[in-house]
Amino acid sequence: MSTLPDGDHGAGPVPARRLRVAVWKFASCDGCQLQLLDAVGRWPALLGRIEFVQFLEASSRVEPGPYDVGIVEGSVSTPQDVVRIREVRRQCRFLLTIGACATSGGIQALRNWGRVEDFVAAVYASPDTIEALATSTGIAEHVPVDFELRGCPVDTAQLADVLVALATGRTPRVPSTSVCAECKAAGVVCVAVTRGIPCLGPVTQAGCGALCPAHGRECFGCFGPAEATNLPALSAHYEATGTPRGRLLPLVRGICGWAPAFRAEAERLADAPGEPAP
Amino acid sequence: MGPPTDTAAPLELGPAGLDRLVCILAETHRVIGPTVADGAVVLREIASAAELPVGWIDEQEGGRYRLHADASAGPFDHVVGPFSLKNFLFPPRETVALLERGAEGWRSRPPEGAPRALAVVGVRGCDLAALAIQDRVFLGSGHVDPAYQARRRDLILVAVDCRRAAPTCFCHSTGSGPAACDAGAGRVADLTLVDLGPGPAGSAAEDLGIEPSAARRFACRAGTLRGAAILGRLRAEGLAGSLAPADSELSAAVPRATAARLAARGPGERHLDTEGLRDLLFDRLDHPRWDDVAARCLACTNCTLVCPTCFCASVTEIPALDAERVERERRWESCFSLDHSRMHGRAVRHSTAARYRQWLTHKLAGWIDQFGVSGCTGCGRCITWCPVGIDLTAEVAALRAPPPASEGGRA
Repeated sequence: MSTLPDGDHGAGPVPARRLRVAVWKFASCDGCQLQLLDAVGRWPALLGRIEFVQFLEASSRVEPGPYDVGIVEGSVSTPQDVVRIREVRRQCRFLLTIGACATSGGIQALRNWGRVEDFVAAVYASPDTIEALATSTGIAEHVPVDFELRGCPVDTAQLADVLVALATGRTPRVPSTSVCAECKAAGVVCVAVTRGIPCLGPVTQAGCGALCPAHGRECFGCFGPAEATNLPALSAHYEATGTPRGRLLPLVRGICGWAPAFRAEAERLADAPGEPAP
Repeated sequence: MGPPTDTAAPLELGPAGLDRLVCILAETHRVIGPTVADGAVVLREIASAAELPVGWIDEQEGGRYRLHADASAGPFDHVVGPFSLKNFLFPPRETVALLERGAEGWRSRPPEGAPRALAVVGVRGCDLAALAIQDRVFLGSGHVDPAYQARRRDLILVAVDCRRAAPTCFCHSTGSGPAACDAGAGRVADLTLVDLGPGPAGSAAEDLGIEPSAARRFACRAGTLRGAAILGRLRAEGLAGSLAPADSELSAAVPRATAARLAARGPGERHLDTEGLRDLLFDRLDHPRWDDVAARCLACTNCTLVCPTCFCASVTEIPALDAERVERERRWESCFSLDHSRMHGRAVRHSTAARYRQWLTHKLAGWIDQFGVSGCTGCGRCITWCPVGIDLTAEVAALRAPPPASEGGRA
C-alpha cells in the first residue's frame, strides 16, 4: 500500500489539511455508499480527517480533481465503465475500492457464466438500446487499485478504520483470516458442525463479525476468499456429508463468485456435475 | 484457594442441594455452567441448576456434533462442548491497556473495572489439565499476566467425574481424565461431583447397573478449604448428608468404569500414542503426511481457537479518531493465519503444510521443551470442531509410519 503525501505517519494531531476524497459509483446497489454515510454518521470526527469533495449520494457538490483518495463502489459492467474507471484512476493518488462488486464483480457477475444477450433480451423491452459487457468484473481487473475493502456491504467500522489509516499513514486493520475466527471470538456455535449445513465461513475472509452464523445461517461468502482457502476440501466434505453439488454450486457462485478462489471452485464443480470432488 | 485437603469424606447431594450450590456460588461469583443453546452444550452464565442440560446427550465425531434428547441423561452426562475455561480466563478479546495523550506525552493505564469473579460448574479432568497448562503459560516462566492472574485467583471450580466418553475423547492417552483428579496433583477443583443416578447408554452408570428408578443424587467431595466451606454450609442447611458406604464405593467406581471403557478401545478407536512423540515429530519434519493433511486442511483456525490450551494472541492498538486516546487490545491469534508468522515485515509460513506442522509440532513436542508438558489434554475439541473433521490422533498415527525412502525430503 502506498502512503499519502499529507499523512502525518503516526497518531499525531489532526492535520491542518483534510484528505480530499471523491466517491464514484459503478454497477452496484449503492449499499456500500450508504455504509460510508453511516460511518460518517456514527463517527462524525471522521470529517476532521477527510473531506468529501465529490459524493453524489450525499451532496451535489462536485470539485475538480486531482483527489487524494478515490473511493469506488460497483463493478465494471459497460463499455463506458471501462473508459470511466481509467479517468477515475488518473484523478486519484490513492484508489480504494469498496464492496463485493468493486472487488470481485458482485452478484451481477453471475452473468459471466451465461450469455449476456440472453439476459438483456429477457429483461429489457428494447434490448438494442442496452450496451453491456459480456462480464461484470472488479475494478482491479481494469486499473491498478491501492486497497480493496471487501464485503456485501462493507463493514462501517472497517471502512472508517481504512479512512483513518489513510489519513494517518498507518496500515489498515483488516484481518485476512476466516469468518470462523469471528464466530469463535463471538462465542457463536458452528452451524456447519452442529447442523450439517454448508457454510462458506471457513474459506471466507473475516470482517462481517460472523453476522449470518450468529443468526443461525450459513456464511454466504460476502467478504470473498480468505487469505488461505481450500475450497475443494470443503466441498468434498459437504458432499460426503449429504449436501448435493447442486446446492454447493450456487453458494460458491454467489456474492463473490468471480473472486479467483471461488471462481475456480465454481468452475471445478460445474465442469464435473455429479462427480465427487477429489 | 487453600491447600488441597482431599481428606474430607464425600457427602451426598440431592437435586435441591445442587441447585442450592449454584445459588451459593452466585452470591459472590458469576456462575458459568453447561447449558443448551444453538444446538450444543455451551458454557454460559447460569442462574440455577435448572439450566443444566438435563435430558440432552451429545453425539460427536470428526466435524460433527449433534444434541439428542435422552430422558436418561443427567446434568453432566454430556462431554466437553465448543467452549472451555479458556473462553473465560483468556477471553477472545481483551483491552490490556489504555494510552492517553497528556501534557507530558503519552501515559498508559490499566483498563477500568475489575470483572466479577468466576465460578465454573461442570469442568472435567481435561479442563483442569488444560487450566494447569494455561497457568504455566500466563503465570509461570516469570511473565505474569495480571488480568489472567486476577481471574485465576478468584476462580471457583466445581468439577465432575465423567460417566461417559465421546468417540472424540482420548484423555486416557494424555492422562487427564476421565476422573477430575486424573488431571494430577495440584490441579484440584474446589468441589468434585459424581452423578450417582441412572445414565444414558454408553455411560459408566449403565456399566455399573445403576437402577433407572434411582433419584438424581451426587457424591460431592471438597478439594480445597474454600470447597469444604461451601460443602459445610450445604450440610448445615440440611442439603448435604453422609454418603452411604455403598454410594461411596459407587462414586469411586464411576470414573473407573469410564476409564475401563476407554482402555478397552480397539485399534480402530481413538487414542493417541504419546510414547517418544516429541522426538518422533521433530524427526518427521519432512514427512509427506504434512502435504497430505494440508490437502484436507482449510487453515480456518478452528482447531486452535477451540483448543483449551492454545494461547497465541496478537496485540493491536486502536486509536480514537482524534488520536488522543489509544486502546491496546489483545485478540486470539492462530498459527494457521499468515499474519501469525509475520516477522520483520515478512510472513514465513505461506503453505498450509507449514502451518499445520507448526501447530502439531508445537502442541505435542515444542510445548514439552517450553513448558515441560504436552499441550494436548485429549479433549477432542479440535477433532469435533474441525469443519472437515481432521483428526489429530490419525495424523500422529500416520506420522509414526516412516516416510517412504524414495520420497526424500519435502520440497
